[in-house]
Amino acid sequence: MTTPHKYVRTEDAPLLPPPATEAGITGWLWQNIFASMSDFQSLGAAIRSLFMILFSLLLVYLFIDQTYGLIDFAILSAVWSDPEGLKREVCWTVQQGGSLPDGWHGACWPFVWAKQKFAWFGPYPSEELWRIYLSLIVGSIGLVWALRERLPYRRQVGVLMLTLYPLLAFILLTGGNSDASFTGIGVWIIVGLALISVGRMGAAGHLGTIFAELAGIFGIVGWGIIALNVVRGIVAVDFNLTPVGTGDWGGLLITLVVALTGIVASLPLGIILALGRRSEMPVVSVLCTIFIEFWRGVPLITVLFMASVMLPLFLPAGVNFDNLLRALIGVMLFSAAYMAEVVRGGLQAIDKGQYEGAQAMGLSYWQTMRLIVLPQALTHVIPGIVNTFIGLFKDTTLVSIVGIFDLLGAGQSAIADAAWSTPVQAITIYLYIGIIFFIFCFGMSRYSIFMENKLSKSRRH
Amino acid sequence: MKKLTAAMVAVAGVAFATSASAATLDDVKAKGHIQCGVSQGLPGFSNADDAGKWTGLDVDLCRAVAAAVFGDANAVKFTPLSAKQRFTAIASGEVDILSRNTTWTMTRDTQLGLNFAGVNYYDGQGMMVPTSLGVTSATELDGANICTNTGTTTELNITDFFRANGMSFNLVAFEKADEVVAAYDAGRCDVYTTDRSGLAAQRGKLTAPDAHMVLSEIISKEPLGPVVRQGDDQWFNIVRWSLNAMINAEEMGITSENVNATKYNDVTPGVARLVGKEGNFGEELGLSNDWAYNIISQVGNYAESYEANVTPLGLARGVNALWSDGGILYAAPIR
Repeated sequence: MTTPHKYVRTEDAPLLPPPATEAGITGWLWQNIFASMSDFQSLGAAIRSLFMILFSLLLVYLFIDQTYGLIDFAILSAVWSDPEGLKREVCWTVQQGGSLPDGWHGACWPFVWAKQKFAWFGPYPSEELWRIYLSLIVGSIGLVWALRERLPYRRQVGVLMLTLYPLLAFILLTGGNSDASFTGIGVWIIVGLALISVGRMGAAGHLGTIFAELAGIFGIVGWGIIALNVVRGIVAVDFNLTPVGTGDWGGLLITLVVALTGIVASLPLGIILALGRRSEMPVVSVLCTIFIEFWRGVPLITVLFMASVMLPLFLPAGVNFDNLLRALIGVMLFSAAYMAEVVRGGLQAIDKGQYEGAQAMGLSYWQTMRLIVLPQALTHVIPGIVNTFIGLFKDTTLVSIVGIFDLLGAGQSAIADAAWSTPVQAITIYLYIGIIFFIFCFGMSRYSIFMENKLSKSRRH
Repeated sequence: MKKLTAAMVAVAGVAFATSASAATLDDVKAKGHIQCGVSQGLPGFSNADDAGKWTGLDVDLCRAVAAAVFGDANAVKFTPLSAKQRFTAIASGEVDILSRNTTWTMTRDTQLGLNFAGVNYYDGQGMMVPTSLGVTSATELDGANICTNTGTTTELNITDFFRANGMSFNLVAFEKADEVVAAYDAGRCDVYTTDRSGLAAQRGKLTAPDAHMVLSEIISKEPLGPVVRQGDDQWFNIVRWSLNAMINAEEMGITSENVNATKYNDVTPGVARLVGKEGNFGEELGLSNDWAYNIISQVGNYAESYEANVTPLGLARGVNALWSDGGILYAAPIR
């Protein structure tokens, strides 16, 4: 069979790979980096390209230089061990009387190893360290359990982590056996019960209209008093543990205690304050606004100074309470005010229709908030909430200026140890502290991204 | 602020039992330990070692008082205090003794409601220069750049000194001691000035410690000593005589090693009074008669404490030697 065509293609044209400028690493590099610096069509474009090249080279150089400097300092040039127990001399150059070459500049890790216990737990007695380990282990298991998906009883574990765990940790860390009188506690519990029954009677309308409206408040105050005194009672029990005052706490332990207390307390307090500020009841709204604006109006450092330096002067002579507790309360109230504004932002983002729909279904105010509004509002502001948490975690270092040895404070105190004094002493410990902070803050931010993806898949833009 | 105060007082009432402080000694005995305010870390004076145990000359003084009161040098707890906090902490009763390298000045003694119970270290501000500068006296430092800490009396002292000598200078001040040392080490200034004990302690942080020298001039008087609240003479006496016992023990040659022997041997009357074999000096203080014996056997005399804590910094006794050795350390006799 003949055909009039000179050439007939009998198979498909071969699939060619995309041009190098479009695919793979080369393509990515071309599109994102080199395309912007290889346009020499006109004078203007050529100048732009030249600048791009110069700036890029400069940035690349700086990046490599800095990264190499850090790696060199922290790993390559670093001294890792001190087998002979020479202390500072192990990190001394010949000029200083040691054996390292002159001009040596690297991390002195043996110093950090020696200060490890101090940086983590401060002057906490060594033989009692198991108590910290135990509370840390229980805490991390509970935390992972509560945060991890698809594990059974997550909710219950979460509730235990917020109620029983702080109590357990407190008793373990301090040793319990605080000197509260059980008679006093009993009296307070009776007062609480009385308040609750007044509330009940008020709610039932036995005590007139004013009481009927205040019934809820009586109930809350009553339960609050009872809960507080039960806690006092448990803490006052003698568990036969050696007492360790908070003066002996330190390092990462303090950082975690301050940060966790702040984080755990600030969210519920913040939600209540945010709801209060948006409340239609003028007294509640004004009180909450004043509280929030007051605490946002003063720097944390002022709050801490006020708590640790000024407050003891206002108290009668002989009355003083724990330095750490004072700082904790300051941090708690401070972060609650910030959290309140973050949550309020979320509340404002909720469409009015949601409230009206809930009302139409006959839900009460608290039901509306709990079931409809807050779940949506909080999801909206996860980045803001985590922002506040991370900020709070880093702000805990401020307690070191009021004489509480947090991680940074313990590090700075370690720098003062003449037995380890070398030119790199301070840099080494700051690097170490920086790494620890990075691990915690980065972990928190990753978890927040995970939560956002999980909770708001439908809403991501 | 009212809200803050109210909230905190409320929590205080709930969380901690309160006690009125009439006599510090009774309070201290009731709680079973002495609360001692120290620095947040000053080499040789109060510093936490690798295990977190407090050591130093100031720390030993608190341990001495604990030994005198309880017969146990470990019956003491330490509160690290910042410079700003320290006087509030002692005035409010948060600590029983403030032993935090605090300079005894008239203002502090008369206006703060506090008393200085003695001097356990005579410090003074000094100057360090690189040997290569070729300077032998501070009066040759006209026009020098001077590194120091901000907001301390060292800044004022150096200004006074240069003005008094009609010289000009540039002050390069930093917040933290480490920054000052780093700047001086990098050659940003010709002189590093702070207390002489501090100069010695920071020397190890220089890249070439031997290439620097401390000038002989001391431009300020810094008598450092323990502080107690005004109005409790008994406690004041206990602290003062605990310090005096340590100094007297050195003078008599009684150390932690040989103090036990004095219990059984015939000793001079002075030693017998010190270790409680004669007289009832302890009872007069409200303590037991072996108060000084406990101090010496558990903490040691002043020289032992000094050699364990300050000598490793490279600081010779200097003016802190006994009066009989050419220094100015002079404790009133126990008799």
